Amino acid sequence: MSPSAELRASGGYRLKVRKEMYKRIHAHGAETYPHECCGALLGRDGDAGREVVDLVPLANQRNDSPRNRFEITPEDFRLAEKTAREKKLELIGWYHSHPDHPARPSEFDREHAWPWYSYIIVSVQKGEPKDTTSWRLHDDRAAYDPEEIETVRQ
Amino acid sequence: MAVKVMIPTPLRAYAGKQESVEVQAGTVGEALSALTAKHGELKKHLFSDDGRLRSFVNVYVNDEDIRYLQKDQTAVKAGDTISIVPSIAGGANRSRI
Repeated sequence: MSPSAELRASGGYRLKVRKEMYKRIHAHGAETYPHECCGALLGRDGDAGREVVDLVPLANQRNDSPRNRFEITPEDFRLAEKTAREKKLELIGWYHSHPDHPARPSEFDREHAWPWYSYIIVSVQKGEPKDTTSWRLHDDRAAYDPEEIETVRQ
Repeated sequence: MAVKVMIPTPLRAYAGKQESVEVQAGTVGEALSALTAKHGELKKHLFSDDGRLRSFVNVYVNDEDIRYLQKDQTAVKAGDTISIVPSIAGGANRSRI
């Protein structure tokens, strides 16, 4: 079954995020404001669902337009993968911020996204982290499926 | 030549859940064509509508980025490993500011 068909069968995507990680994503977005922050989500994905248990904050490599663009290079990608292996976790997605912009994926986000990953977006309004959402790219790349975030204690 | 193509996690659902796929090819371009011929759903995630590799798809032959070799014409020999490594990009929807 394709991932999108599985989604329809299961009633929607859900992502558990440990409270501490949720706060750390917010803090990263506030720290880099008015530039976009970015980082890797590490965790587990299995029969019990998907859960973010750790992060790898990364440097935004888009020095030319950091207020509305982010990029994680293949080298940083490999670093995130290596960190996941060392911690016996999986690399399950990515987070980034939208400074003074809604926490919704843009056309640019969609054109550059990979399927399967969870994409967490935090809207940072005037330096304050606000709405935080998560998304998965649809199989046909035409749209995103929303992923409901549930914050959990460790 | 039999070469192994490593499939990154986000694409494994479209490659029969495999971590790698073996194909017969003489160049990187031939290997990726053989890969997408076997697993058609991979094509749109690797290539844009004009048939070019998407800019955020990085391809390595034994740890060398093909951009610094002969791109899709890079020759491969038996036992080589081709890796598909994502760049991750995005951002809010305005032209660059």
